[in-house]
Amino acid sequence: MGKLTRRAMLGTSGGIIAGGLLKTRADAISFVDKSSENEVEFQDPTKVLGRLTSEVGQRAPEEQPRRLVRNPNVSHSSSSRTPLHRLNGIITPADLHFERHHAGIPAIAPEQYELLIHGMVDRPMKFTLNDLKRFPSVSRLYFVECSGNGGSAYNKEASREVDPQQMDGLTSTSEWTGVPLATLLQEVGVQEGASWLLAEGGDAALMARSVPIEKAWDDAMIGYGQNGEAIRPEQGYPARLLLPGWEGNASVKWIRRIEVKDRPTMTRDETSKYTDPLKDGTARQFSFTIDAKSAITFPAYPYTLTEPGWWEIQGLAWSGRGRITKVDISTDGGDTWLESKLHGPVLSKCHTRFTHPWNWDGQETILMSRATDETGYVQPALSTLMEARGEGTSYHYNSIRPWKVEENGRVYFAQGDIS
Amino acid sequence: MTITSLKNRTARNQKVLNYDIPTILMMSLLLGSAGCVNENAGSTENQSQTQAGSSFNLGTTASASDIAAWNLDMDPSGSGAPVGSGSVTEGKEVFDLKCAVCHGPDGGGTPLGDQLVGREPREGFPFGQVRGQYRRTVGNYWPYATTLFDYIIRSMPMNAPGSLSADEVYAASAYILYMNDIVDADAVMDRESLPKVVMPARDRFVMDNRTGGPQIR
Repeated sequence: MGKLTRRAMLGTSGGIIAGGLLKTRADAISFVDKSSENEVEFQDPTKVLGRLTSEVGQRAPEEQPRRLVRNPNVSHSSSSRTPLHRLNGIITPADLHFERHHAGIPAIAPEQYELLIHGMVDRPMKFTLNDLKRFPSVSRLYFVECSGNGGSAYNKEASREVDPQQMDGLTSTSEWTGVPLATLLQEVGVQEGASWLLAEGGDAALMARSVPIEKAWDDAMIGYGQNGEAIRPEQGYPARLLLPGWEGNASVKWIRRIEVKDRPTMTRDETSKYTDPLKDGTARQFSFTIDAKSAITFPAYPYTLTEPGWWEIQGLAWSGRGRITKVDISTDGGDTWLESKLHGPVLSKCHTRFTHPWNWDGQETILMSRATDETGYVQPALSTLMEARGEGTSYHYNSIRPWKVEENGRVYFAQGDIS
Repeated sequence: MTITSLKNRTARNQKVLNYDIPTILMMSLLLGSAGCVNENAGSTENQSQTQAGSSFNLGTTASASDIAAWNLDMDPSGSGAPVGSGSVTEGKEVFDLKCAVCHGPDGGGTPLGDQLVGREPREGFPFGQVRGQYRRTVGNYWPYATTLFDYIIRSMPMNAPGSLSADEVYAASAYILYMNDIVDADAVMDRESLPKVVMPARDRFVMDNRTGGPQIR
């Protein structure tokens, strides 16, 4: 075996897979990360010694998925999106977890960090990071999703050229480690009549949300670990609130203060923002829970299917109310549905991976996925959701995402075609 | 900790948590079984953790000054909010100097800051019905005037958060309300008067009325 360029290597590996039965997204398109254009020469790796060990690993130069940063990125209130269509499984690498912050990412010295809990408590207390780590810990896998995720899909005339990252990249899943909030509330002694918490972050916005206290007795936690390491700065280092299954904004990052109260504070982010105006002339407030949702991540724009035959449809499903029980797939524009395969573990309030083998006959068609959760909630079509909420509503855009596969194999977002 | 004090604390916590009173024996069993494996078992796990550790004696007592330094929020009752006051006239000075660069000289918004002023449409609340026809402003959308103080004192101005005094924040709140045709030119805002301002959209807001299950709402 002689020397190969990176480009030739990619071509060879593609050819091997193409000989098998089922094609995956790797066959549809090679995302050309910029280094793969380089004429770096590969030697036969079985004939030369490889590189040495290192303190911190790196991705293969040919595999460089990136967050998509909101453009223009001029404000410190900004966001970036997870490349859902380039990832496998259910865990989001921590450095690709989506970002949303309202006044930049604060630099907080861990030895100076304190969490203050006060208000309707017997013993107002301050906890250092070391204090938090001495409490009995839990580790759980949860998705975090911004309730503004999917806004570009909530449009009868949605753009065709939108990819899963642009559309749904404000959701990510991590294994979070921390202390149950109930443990800390037990420590300070919650007084009778307390019903709400005010959770405030230690960033330059002092971003704050009111949270019903029941969530603390249920599954809320103060997290300091993410996928085995310390929480990343953009995810709330050194500690954040996590409210599993609820809109991400309420899982206040860099948390520094919890006030126990008997009423909501009505902060900006639960009045002016993160409220859902409805067609009946009301606005829904404290709409925390994420309804069941799924998104096909392949085939989707900008992939191209290179030929008819077997392909694997892939995607993610999740619900803020519990476990996903099934994801149905339609490959004929919604006329017929088949149950996809759910890949374990299927966890409550966590991304669930689904796949479905599909023999494409080369004809134009529309692909859809439809999630059902353990409460019996079935992900609705856009028309159904708009009928319930109105075309002008905001947040919680969980309608079915349709993708059109054209005869030439190109894939486009198809909401505009079916509305 | 003695068994007696543990019992006492458990009883007190029971009142709050509405759990069955666990005996010491049950508590030690729970302690032994805490830590469910490979399951997002929120509720059960939190309860067992809670009952297992009546007090871990971690953390330090927060002093009154610790709390006062960070306790800046203002809810619709106004109680506990920072003391101060400010007029519409004073608020115009603050706004022109500190707010207009991002929010526009008349509060009409710029790419850097939200539109704050606007009452259109005067009738109805069509934001859910129609896509993108009206910008949501303080005047046509915000349900509580206290949110102005609560937000500005902690988060604004964006390039220098926390730099405004309580007086300046009450004044800026007064001026923004005045520009929205909600208070008169001679209005003065403080923690008594600001909660009394009735916002035009106040009655439009409802608590989450999705009830779970198969319902699409």
